[in-house]
Amino acid sequence: MLQLLWLIPILPLAGFVTLATCGKILSRRAVSAFSVFPAAVSCVIALLIGASFIFSPPAGDAYSQSLGTWFEVSGFNVGFGLYLDSLSLVMATVVTFVGLLILIYSIQFMSEDEGYSRFFAYMNLFIASMLILLLADNFLLMYLGWEGVGLCSYLLIGFWYKEPENCRAAIKAFIVTRIGDTLMAVGLFMFFIKYQTLKIQPIMNEVSQLTTGSAFCTITALLLLGGAIGKSAQLPLQTWLPDAMAGPTPVSALIHAATMVTAGVYLIARTHVLFSMSPVVLKLVALIGAATLLLAAFSAFVQKDIKRILAYSTISQIGYMFLALGAGAWAAAIYHFVTHALFKSSLFLGAGVLIMALKDEHNIFKMGGLRKEFPKTFRAFIAASLTLAAIPPLTITFNSKDLILNTVWASSITHRGLWFAGVIGALLTAAYSFRLLYVVFFGKVKIKPYKKPAAIMIVPLSILAFLAAISGFPELISTFFGVKTFYNFLQTSLPQPVVNSSLPVHESIMQIFYASVSLLGIVVTYIIYCHAGKVIDVLMNTFITSYLYRFVRAGFGFDWLYKQLFVRPYITIARINKNDFLDSITTAGVHTFRYSNLLLTKTVTGNLRWYVACVGIGAVVLLGIVILL
Amino acid sequence: MILVWLLVITFVSGLLAWIVSSWNRTTGRVVCFIGLALDAILLLYVWMSRYSSLAAGTNEGWILEYKAIWIAPFGISFHLAMDGLSLLLASLTVLLGVSSVACSWKEIDRQIGSFHFTLMAVLTGILGVFTSVDLFLFYFFWELMLIPMFFLILIWGHENRTYAAVKFFIFTQAGGLFMLLSIVALYWIGVNTAGLNTFDYTQLMGIAMAGHFLIIVGFFIAFAVKLPVVGVHMWLPDAYTKAPTAGSVILAGLLSKTGAYGIIRFILPMSGNIPSLLTPLAMVLAVAGIFYGALTAFGQSDVKRFVAYTSVSHLGFVLLGIFAGTQMAMQGAVVIMMAHGLTTGALFIITGALQERLATRDMTKIGGLWSALPRMGSMALLFALASLGLPGLANFIGEFLVLAGTFQTHPWFTAVAAFGFVVSVVYSVWIIYQVFYGPVDKAQRITDLRFGEMLNLSALAVALIWIGIFPQTILNTAKTALENIEIMQSTKISQSLQARKNTDMKMFEKNKLNDSAEIVR
Repeated sequence: MLQLLWLIPILPLAGFVTLATCGKILSRRAVSAFSVFPAAVSCVIALLIGASFIFSPPAGDAYSQSLGTWFEVSGFNVGFGLYLDSLSLVMATVVTFVGLLILIYSIQFMSEDEGYSRFFAYMNLFIASMLILLLADNFLLMYLGWEGVGLCSYLLIGFWYKEPENCRAAIKAFIVTRIGDTLMAVGLFMFFIKYQTLKIQPIMNEVSQLTTGSAFCTITALLLLGGAIGKSAQLPLQTWLPDAMAGPTPVSALIHAATMVTAGVYLIARTHVLFSMSPVVLKLVALIGAATLLLAAFSAFVQKDIKRILAYSTISQIGYMFLALGAGAWAAAIYHFVTHALFKSSLFLGAGVLIMALKDEHNIFKMGGLRKEFPKTFRAFIAASLTLAAIPPLTITFNSKDLILNTVWASSITHRGLWFAGVIGALLTAAYSFRLLYVVFFGKVKIKPYKKPAAIMIVPLSILAFLAAISGFPELISTFFGVKTFYNFLQTSLPQPVVNSSLPVHESIMQIFYASVSLLGIVVTYIIYCHAGKVIDVLMNTFITSYLYRFVRAGFGFDWLYKQLFVRPYITIARINKNDFLDSITTAGVHTFRYSNLLLTKTVTGNLRWYVACVGIGAVVLLGIVILL
Repeated sequence: MILVWLLVITFVSGLLAWIVSSWNRTTGRVVCFIGLALDAILLLYVWMSRYSSLAAGTNEGWILEYKAIWIAPFGISFHLAMDGLSLLLASLTVLLGVSSVACSWKEIDRQIGSFHFTLMAVLTGILGVFTSVDLFLFYFFWELMLIPMFFLILIWGHENRTYAAVKFFIFTQAGGLFMLLSIVALYWIGVNTAGLNTFDYTQLMGIAMAGHFLIIVGFFIAFAVKLPVVGVHMWLPDAYTKAPTAGSVILAGLLSKTGAYGIIRFILPMSGNIPSLLTPLAMVLAVAGIFYGALTAFGQSDVKRFVAYTSVSHLGFVLLGIFAGTQMAMQGAVVIMMAHGLTTGALFIITGALQERLATRDMTKIGGLWSALPRMGSMALLFALASLGLPGLANFIGEFLVLAGTFQTHPWFTAVAAFGFVVSVVYSVWIIYQVFYGPVDKAQRITDLRFGEMLNLSALAVALIWIGIFPQTILNTAKTALENIEIMQSTKISQSLQARKNTDMKMFEKNKLNDSAEIVR
């Protein structure tokens, strides 16, 4: 079974090649078939491989497959090699599964779009690149996937290219993530110089021999972190993600919520050996995560655009994953990735249903009372929001977020203050997710949908919401029955966090505490948005709060700052230098010749007296020189 | 003999094309195609028959050689030779030659015969430059490619072409003059110190060069102008922009490679450890070029001028790789040379097609062309992605190898140069946005790329993807040649070390004598 691994990325790639070369001549039905079918097959293969991996684990809990050499220069060899362990298996399964559901959803969502085949071609390319990123056994192949997903993100954000705004958002996303990518590339060069290879596992083995906190570990970890924060939209490179919502909603669900933006989390988890060798960088990771989750949660709370709320929420949730990584809770981070992929894509798909049915309306304050018109979407939204807000009794269990916070509390690396930030974040998470829910689905009906959503759209999002709601279930089993489950499965490739203190009270009391924090957030939001609308109006009208409100809504002014610091100067210099100031050297040369020519031609007057005078003066001067010297 | 045939076929098919073009408008073009196809067959044959020995590294020295006495009193011979490096570049020449004949099909409608003769003459010159190993012959071909190129711009160019042509001519001619001086000086050193009386490459490269730094500088100036290195690049935007499409393809795709080729072929082996003087300068210029080219490209509104400046940026990577002093970086530089030839050639063909349809190259006046020209848009996107170094396409392999190779010797330069990845994204996505994205003005009645144009661009695209995914063929082909150059370089270093040691010894003995003389006194 495991030998079929190579098919997982290759099938969507084949779909892309087919659509890219003959998408124009295929019917829409054929286009969707060529897109969905390979994704479905690779999803099935991924599930089968997963099953065989769990029930008969390969030696060393990892399986590698080589598909040949990419290139070899003076002894340095880079191959097309795949590596499967529980980490890449879990992530690849999620990607194929969520990808498949979103492709099915898109058949309806994009049905009236003129760029139908282009859309599916890009989506397939994305899935293929993402799978290459996850399954690569060396950094360079991973970098190929890494750039590939970045490219697809750019192409799909700017998919509706006729709106300049979309294109600008796409350009911004590409450039900002590329800054991180470049840092990562420099990190790869450092690995290469030191170890003459780019294979991940051998490098990690070598790295574990170094001393903890050595300069090499710290610098390379920092450089990889640069790549990770770019892709995963963490501070200070988070600015591109809210704008990326310009893309079609399925794109936001797949790329900018479920999969690509968590590539940074994957990178750090994949190289966890390196990061463990550098406690300073780990602390930085946790700090970035905590800061990002707070800032983004605040911003999410004041957005009006439904997709921007979800975008900031994504940034914030990835902040949690970074916090977990920083605490050394690798498996918890990946666990949170899985639940996040499920509930966030469900929320996005739900938002897509609303946006489509309401004629491209994004403003939540123009929606309202939609629970009767969209009962199924509403139910999915409830389930996903409850999972997002981490309310245990309703979502059957224990949430991945609790796991993260517990580890942060107990970890030897992270400061307790970060735990506090995480708890505040949980409060805000509950608040913004239920604000969205109240405003959109409760209250007065403000808008009539002009058509009912099709079942082909509802089914995928319901499946995702259902899975999200029960995603804590495996942990329930493990808590009560001690069976080897999901979390333990992840720990075959990711080590346990280093813990130096135990929780102050029993785990279940901590869970009740987290749940009550979230409930508090829900209740406060409920009071504000359902009963005290006037309070908001009053607050909005005072000078300071309204200013603050705008500041937070604009993502704490990062965009403005970067515009002043980087974008404007670059454009200005380019504009000033349009005529290439070095060319003025040439022009100066030309002018010198031309003017000396003019000067000399002036002497040619045709006037005999002038010539005679010149000859005379010249003779005198020459004689003078001769005599004097 | 194959090498002679290569030159003869190219030149004669140009002559024939001139003659038969008076019959009707297409025969001349067909004759050129046939000539280039014959060249391609010859090169393919060479490649197939020699590849295994090249890949295994068993082949030492030239894979093909032809030598005939030309001007005996000065030891000048008609000496052609080919190794892996020249094989690659000759193949690129023929491929882009076909492309440039194809892209002139519609564009050139006057003096078709003489146009094709001039074009084939330039190609002959370029092939000669890549294969000649007699310095006098090299200079002859160097001039042979320059003069027809001048006429190509002057006669078939766009607006303001006289200025561009003259500027091009003066810059490259001045550079060539320095090279001529260096060649003659090298000859005289050969005569005086080694009693050689020859212009032969291998023999002259063997002369100890200590203290003859200026000779190397002379060569460097000529090659730097052709490449071009930032600072002497000012002829480039005008020449690239004002030349007809075929001219731009050849200028950017091939002529710039002659500069890089010259540095690899002549400066590296000749200079031994002298690059330690030249290297920092070249490195600084390379990094400056990467960013200056990218920044200036971003500011342009003329599409062709834009592509021209991106060339300056890419060739910065080539220069960086050549002077890095590692095999890996040099291999990378060669891959970039191939990739840049294909990418920039294709981009110029696209701009040519754009100009033919819209009669403007001003990107501020166009936009939203994707809906009218989806085929052209996707082709432009592909080549723009190649030029921003997307993995999976040829340019990435080259840039990666250059940077990884340079990182071993110059980590800081590399770290800075790596941010070329960022600026290249900026200009690449910008051009796509300006030309193909954005609001559609009105229902434009423009035809998309025709079948022939698609075929032409697809060939280049396939080559680009092929090198991106299976670069080993290119790397294997160039390997032995580059290793030989490194060997020559290191022999030179040991030689000059020896020379220095000798002079040190002499000095020492002299001092000793003086000392003893003083003692005697």
